Amino acid sequence: MRELERARWRCRRGLLELDVILQRFVDEHYARLDEAELRQFETLLNLSDSDLWDMIVQKEADDESSQSVLRLLRTVRQ
Amino acid sequence: MAIAKRKFDAVIVGAGGAGMRAALQLSEAGLKVAVLSKVFPTRSHTVAAQGGIAAALGNVTEDNWHWHMYDTVKGSDYLGDQDAIEFMCRQASEVVYELEHFGMPFDRLENGKIYQRPFGGQSQNFGGAQATRSCAAADRTGHAMLHTLYQRNVQANTQFFVEWMGLDLIRDEEGDVCGITALDIETGEVMVLQARATLFATGGAARIFSASTNAFINTGDGLGMAARAGIPLEDMEFWQFHPTGVYGVGVLISEAVRGEGGYLLNKDGERFMERYAPHAKDLASRDVVSRALTMEIKEGRGCGRDGDHLLLKLDHLGADVIKTRLPGIREIAMKFANADPIHDPIPVVPTAHYMMGGIPTNFYGQVVAPYKTGPEEVVQGLYAAGECACVSVHGANRLGTNSLLDILVFGRAAASQMVEDLKKSPHHKQLPANAVDNALARLARLDGQKDGESVAQVSDAMRRTMQAHCGVFRFADMLKQGVIKIGEVAERARHTEIRDKSRVFNTARVEALELDNLIEVAIATMVSAEARTESRGAHARDDFPQRDDDKWLKHTLYFREDRHLDYKPVRLKPLTVESFPPSARTY
Repeated sequence: MRELERARWRCRRGLLELDVILQRFVDEHYARLDEAELRQFETLLNLSDSDLWDMIVQKEADDESSQSVLRLLRTVRQ
Repeated sequence: MAIAKRKFDAVIVGAGGAGMRAALQLSEAGLKVAVLSKVFPTRSHTVAAQGGIAAALGNVTEDNWHWHMYDTVKGSDYLGDQDAIEFMCRQASEVVYELEHFGMPFDRLENGKIYQRPFGGQSQNFGGAQATRSCAAADRTGHAMLHTLYQRNVQANTQFFVEWMGLDLIRDEEGDVCGITALDIETGEVMVLQARATLFATGGAARIFSASTNAFINTGDGLGMAARAGIPLEDMEFWQFHPTGVYGVGVLISEAVRGEGGYLLNKDGERFMERYAPHAKDLASRDVVSRALTMEIKEGRGCGRDGDHLLLKLDHLGADVIKTRLPGIREIAMKFANADPIHDPIPVVPTAHYMMGGIPTNFYGQVVAPYKTGPEEVVQGLYAAGECACVSVHGANRLGTNSLLDILVFGRAAASQMVEDLKKSPHHKQLPANAVDNALARLARLDGQKDGESVAQVSDAMRRTMQAHCGVFRFADMLKQGVIKIGEVAERARHTEIRDKSRVFNTARVEALELDNLIEVAIATMVSAEARTESRGAHARDDFPQRDDDKWLKHTLYFREDRHLDYKPVRLKPLTVESFPPSARTY
């Protein structure tokens, strides 16, 4: 049910840094995410911008449940 | 097609700092308030504001609202309206304490008072020593403000329409505003939100430029809606550029890098800022550094295959300094420029950052236009606050930390005025018969379009045109061509085609509608800039390098119909104090 489109819109953020990284992530990785990873991604998208950005750039303080998607997000480069 | 309709006392478009501050006031006054936002409220672009909120609390060093007023008038290059600036600076302490009371987690001094830090452009005693005026919550002031205001609004029962986009204003035959048409992005449904008072708090629109620090949501929706409804746009030639956005992406590299000793190089490896600002060099003010970068590129000393950017060098600071004092900057450089500043310089360009112009208002937040008899007639039922409004407190150039202050003061002021005005008009005006025609016509055009260009293609043409013809440094011939070119792009924007015609989360449709708004902002900017034959604040012309107070101490008003311009005087008379007469702006 247009989950991709929904996710794409939720990648519209208040910080340009996240707009760029999340849009690229969706283009490159979204189609290959499994069910569990889709839920992780959803959880990450529900974070506030500053918290999500900190998680992407900081190496510690991982939320166990979000790890594989977070690891992927951290590899995204412009 | 039957269009659903809902009635509110007040409708607010935009849920950033200004929209939510206003909503809180209105909800607490017992009014039925709807707030529309394209994204979840705490993801508004206010979140990107790090610097703090200017207020002369005097918690660290002696301070005075009158000194703050002087700095703001001078910073505006004397284009700011002095009544509005006095109004803002006098209320600054009160709105900061109010926010503290709402639960804002400000940094503290040891004595428990709000911590304050120094910021550029702020002085003591009318241009004397550095003032310490910025109230902050670490480097997350905007984030903390949004969360604080959102929580309070939830408690006050403000009704949020999340993932909704405003489409068009509804004005009746008398020109009064009766609400808006809006699109539910999730379902594709169009609805009429009828209101006795409508507030635009839609933020900036720097996405008209290729190089922009603004988030993708900053598409000037309020300005587009206002312009299409016959309301002029004020001072649109004035855009603040930040000198160091990452080349190709726009993400900001903060002044902290140059503060720590980083400096700029051209393709010959020359530290060119020494030529432009022998004393301040790389630490000169934003507009000076931005212009220098532009000159280097224009004169063929830019870097890279296309010679279109400069380099910011940090490696001489050493790995330790970079890792300990600039860790966030290093992450940004590695992610967005593929450069580790410990070894490689960061490619940068001047990047559009803040829109000083906007929808003309008085300092009560009422939208004003010369549409009946006087030059500043109130448009009944319509208000604007924050970056989308031009009060004008920033004039030709905004000072850092004055934008968060602006949204608090004028979000609150607009709401207070709305409460008063609603007492006088207890009933909704009847909707005009053609209330939904404009919005539905735009949607129908988009759905029926054949053989059109893609939105991405036309948007790209718009951004390139604005960047090349109306950037940091402006040239007569480029502006003249720019007016023609942006007109051609606007014509193309009227024939965009989207392949996906579905209703649910159709982002392609939303982006087409956003382009309708951006293109209005772009044309207004180009036409206003071409006409202003002087240099003032952020508007810098090669052929007219000086400020010209005799001819140009006035506000521009751009009208979409016929794309004509009009002008209105700057309000030089403050509310209670003596006027600050225009003088040379030196730092």
